[in-house]
Amino acid sequence: MFTVQQYVKVSSLEEAYTLNQKKSSAVLGGGCWMKMGKRRIGTLIDLSGLGLDTIEETEDSFILGAMVTLRQMETDARLKTTFGSGFADMVRHIVGVQFRNCATLGGSLYSRFGFSDILTWLLALDCDVELAGAGIIPLAQYAATPYDRDVLARVIVHKTSRKAVYESFRNTETDIPVLTCAASSLNGDLRLVIGGRPMRALTVDGLALTKSMETIVEKAQSLPFGSNMRASAQYRRHLAGVLVKRAVLRLREVE
Amino acid sequence: MSYVNSRVRKKDAMSLVTGKPVYTGDLIPQNTLVVKLLRSPHANAFIEEINTAAALKVPGVAAIFTYQDVPTSRFTTAGQTYPEASPYDRLILDKHLRCAGDPVAIIAAETEAAALKAMNLIKVKYDVREPLLDFTKAKDNPILVHPEEDFKALCPVGADNRRNLCSTDVFEVGKVEEALSTCDVVLTRTYHTKANNQAMMETFRTYSYLDEYGRLSLVSSTQVPFHVRRILSNALEIPKSQIRVVKPRIGGGFGAKQSAVSEVYPAFVTLKTGRPAAIVYTREESMTNGSPRHEMQMTVRIGANKDGVIKAIDLYALSNAGAYGDHGPTTIGLVGHKSLSLYGGVEAARFACDVVYTNTMNGGAYRGYGATQGIYAVETAVNEMAAALHMDPCAIREKNMVLEGQVMRTYYNETCNSCTLDKCMAKAKEMMNWQEKFPAKVLENGHIRSVGVAMAMQGSGISGVDIASVEIRLNDDGFYTLLVGCTDMGTGCDTILAQMAADCLDCDIDRIAVRGVDTDQSPYDTGSYASSTTYVTGMAVVKTCEKLREKILEAGAKLLDIPVEDTEFDGKRVFCPGKDKEVSLSQIGYASFEGHNRCISASESHSSPVSPPPFMVGMVEIDLDPETGKVEIVDYAAAVDCGTVINRNLATVQTEGGIVQGIGMALFENIQYDKFGRMMNNSFLQYKIPTRLDAGKIRVEFESSYEPTGPFGAKSIGELVINTPAPAITNAIYNATGLYFRELPIRPEDIALGLLHKDEN
Amino acid sequence: MQITVTINGKKYTEDVAPDLVLLDFLRAHGCYSVKRGCETSNCGLCTVHLNGKPVLSCSVLAVRADGKSVTTLEGLQKEAEEFGGFLADEGGEQCGFCSPGFIMNVLAMVRELENPSEQEIQEYLAGNLCRCTGYQSQLRAIQKYLAWKQEGTK
Repeated sequence: MFTVQQYVKVSSLEEAYTLNQKKSSAVLGGGCWMKMGKRRIGTLIDLSGLGLDTIEETEDSFILGAMVTLRQMETDARLKTTFGSGFADMVRHIVGVQFRNCATLGGSLYSRFGFSDILTWLLALDCDVELAGAGIIPLAQYAATPYDRDVLARVIVHKTSRKAVYESFRNTETDIPVLTCAASSLNGDLRLVIGGRPMRALTVDGLALTKSMETIVEKAQSLPFGSNMRASAQYRRHLAGVLVKRAVLRLREVE
Repeated sequence: MSYVNSRVRKKDAMSLVTGKPVYTGDLIPQNTLVVKLLRSPHANAFIEEINTAAALKVPGVAAIFTYQDVPTSRFTTAGQTYPEASPYDRLILDKHLRCAGDPVAIIAAETEAAALKAMNLIKVKYDVREPLLDFTKAKDNPILVHPEEDFKALCPVGADNRRNLCSTDVFEVGKVEEALSTCDVVLTRTYHTKANNQAMMETFRTYSYLDEYGRLSLVSSTQVPFHVRRILSNALEIPKSQIRVVKPRIGGGFGAKQSAVSEVYPAFVTLKTGRPAAIVYTREESMTNGSPRHEMQMTVRIGANKDGVIKAIDLYALSNAGAYGDHGPTTIGLVGHKSLSLYGGVEAARFACDVVYTNTMNGGAYRGYGATQGIYAVETAVNEMAAALHMDPCAIREKNMVLEGQVMRTYYNETCNSCTLDKCMAKAKEMMNWQEKFPAKVLENGHIRSVGVAMAMQGSGISGVDIASVEIRLNDDGFYTLLVGCTDMGTGCDTILAQMAADCLDCDIDRIAVRGVDTDQSPYDTGSYASSTTYVTGMAVVKTCEKLREKILEAGAKLLDIPVEDTEFDGKRVFCPGKDKEVSLSQIGYASFEGHNRCISASESHSSPVSPPPFMVGMVEIDLDPETGKVEIVDYAAAVDCGTVINRNLATVQTEGGIVQGIGMALFENIQYDKFGRMMNNSFLQYKIPTRLDAGKIRVEFESSYEPTGPFGAKSIGELVINTPAPAITNAIYNATGLYFRELPIRPEDIALGLLHKDEN
Repeated sequence: MQITVTINGKKYTEDVAPDLVLLDFLRAHGCYSVKRGCETSNCGLCTVHLNGKPVLSCSVLAVRADGKSVTTLEGLQKEAEEFGGFLADEGGEQCGFCSPGFIMNVLAMVRELENPSEQEIQEYLAGNLCRCTGYQSQLRAIQKYLAWKQEGTK
């Protein structure tokens, strides 16, 4: 469990940003992951007073606040209508309903865990993130940056005609995934995102959805994979082929 | 009989489901010192220097103890009847740290925060040695886990600390080599099982205080209160008369709490400081320094003729005791006795074993207690033999299984007086629709549906060792108090024993008040382990009730002023048949509390010269995805012979729960160490026990035999039920893939890559 | 830091440490039904309702409950007895240590889902570990409880 000297429920993003410039500061998400660490936190910054716990739909996008819980994304009817079952599929295996009522989008994305279902799925969509300091940047760029002292405020999911599906594989039903895989297509262009390699999710662009399955699978399997206590690199490479094939078949069906 | 064999609600059920504070952690008084342990980061090290000065200055720290402060008598934390088979090989704190997590210092503070702060300030200089982590290389390894001179084995178990041997043994019936040499087919196979953690929801916890008489009193989540009293006496070097142990409700045990894992630390603090002290293990501590199942490697040589008659089985087991020998010499015996004895007709059988010390977490007692590992190995070998002979694995069992009336030569020559294993097999086949489903079929989605089978047995108590005593008192108004020394840990034994008493005394179960264990007040019982409670303590209840009925008759006859031979007792009254003379039990109760009469109570103890095995057949249907290697449990059919079922609900739930634990062992639960000997799966995040989504559907039927030596014909059930999943699932995976996996857990990766390589070859 | 939390209908205003988790805050206020089973947000034993939603009280800081309403099994004794009776009739409480958290989540599920299918039940409750029962008796109890509730509303 972490320790905290001072807790501040901020009244603005600017305040959060300023407080977070100190190395000993931390932004609180749902707390589920943070509590597993033993960090000594000077100032714990709570964004929960900023109204960032809503999913708003505009004409061309969805704006998801950093404090939106995994459960909100799972059960939101509008997200389902627009993006299919992906938002539910990406979180349904994460521990349990109570966990998903706590864990937040912001916490999940900020952590950029290699095994993150959320990061994998969102990378397959057309997303930007809004940071208190850096402003709006593409999610892919955010995903690739090392941890810094900026504060994640919102995720903007653009509505395009992109179709996307989500697959993951876990050793037990509610375990951390061995491998995650999202596939999407826009105007016939295929995008694959593979996470849990076990390193951070990587995106493969530039293939046509109509390319032969062999080529697509080969491309996915050419990514780097590693071993940890859940699985070996060899198995992950094999699984990448399986999940990519399944995702692409599903995608071709919905296209 | 009205309660036995029915579905009685547990007596404590409503207090549990409404969340009443009935567990150790809920009862800790205010102002109790929080006890924390500084644990070793090294698997093999000696403390060179330890400095607690800075830590002691932390406000709120009451005391810190190191190896220099503790008694020097070695003891075991295994909860067993004296003299324990487990060697006396540990100290409360030792200069030599033998596994990662071994305690280095005991910290007692007013708050947890203060204790943790102090923990960080203790300075320790370690002399770090190379750890011995591979148990297959432990015997006669130059790295000695127990080099100490005062290592002591109380029983002749073959312990030799100069060779890293915790125990060694061999037994043989018939002539194995000879029998094997005449077989048409002989298979030699080696199997490996891991150190599964019991993962009971309530971690180890204890609090202690000095009571109003100045005696050391403990409230502890334990299965063995009376053994804990002795263990503490050994460890603390104080007389047993100065110790009292109370067991409240327990949040699960499964054998984990048959070792005194947490008790000595707060007890020592209370003794030294005079203050109440409590320790609550974290989940991580429970995982890394608990008392899990012994990791084992077993080699089976099995010989059979072409017609499927198994002629000989030779089993060698190597068990990893880990750093300390708790339950090491005893678990290993069951590996042989309770696997080989499933096959009554073999000409010859042999079992040999070594239990070795290493620098990993010590083992302990986990449901099944060695039988689980042995049955997994032997049942898998039998399945492999069936495959080699192109036989249905049920058919080979039908030809060879133990039958009622047989003398079980590998089971202490006990006669099998109650056994419906044959009926269990028939029932399970019918439940599973085996004939149609064996071996496998491929579904449209490419998944494979297959089935697998295994048999199992266990014991009912430890013959000639376990002893249970019970006291029943008649009170005014004619209700009874049932005092027991066995420990209900959620299993429902308080209720089961009350059911038996109610039937014996012809009364409503609500007229029987049950009291759990307080070593100052309860009659002696070895404790709830070794599947003993229903069978051994149950028989003590039956005997006590018989005695009590006699006393009630005597009292009634006296009140009625007629000869006792002319009276009868129907549970409500003592009366004289045919005559208009009766006195109610309530009146007898009141009278017994009057000065000129006698209080009425009875107490009997029971010990059994035999340990009649319960039997079962387990069949599983799995759905296997050959691409990912994922195995899902579709259906599990269990046909169980536990003798007479005392409580149908509780026996069913025991079976379902045991099977799901077995599923975890077979497919998920995978303790792994890093190269320094630190456990990687030290949390529920990393050590995955089955969730309800992993468990599948489980169906249980009973095929009851009648055990003549058991209460109402009952045998045991608690441990038996964990034994079939590992071999049955292994068998089903073979039937789906043509591959035998000989190490548990069988992970999706093993299956997927196994199939890939099979295709390549 | 000062917070005001309503626990089972009663308001408390108190100073708490910023790193105190709700679980410990609740137990300090006599809610002993709330149990801790792990340190990794995996077991579900500490489930309580925060503004009506089931959460892991081990993972929510007490300061986050400021201005909110928390319900534990102590505050739902009637429901606990109703559903608990079905559980007890199956022998499905066993050691009972996971029962309060499990029952809290069952009660949350009953409010959230209408006529849940078996699969929906199992998924909703997947975050509640139980090592004793193998889950079958819990499912039987839930299904009987749901049928009983349906009967009552007819």
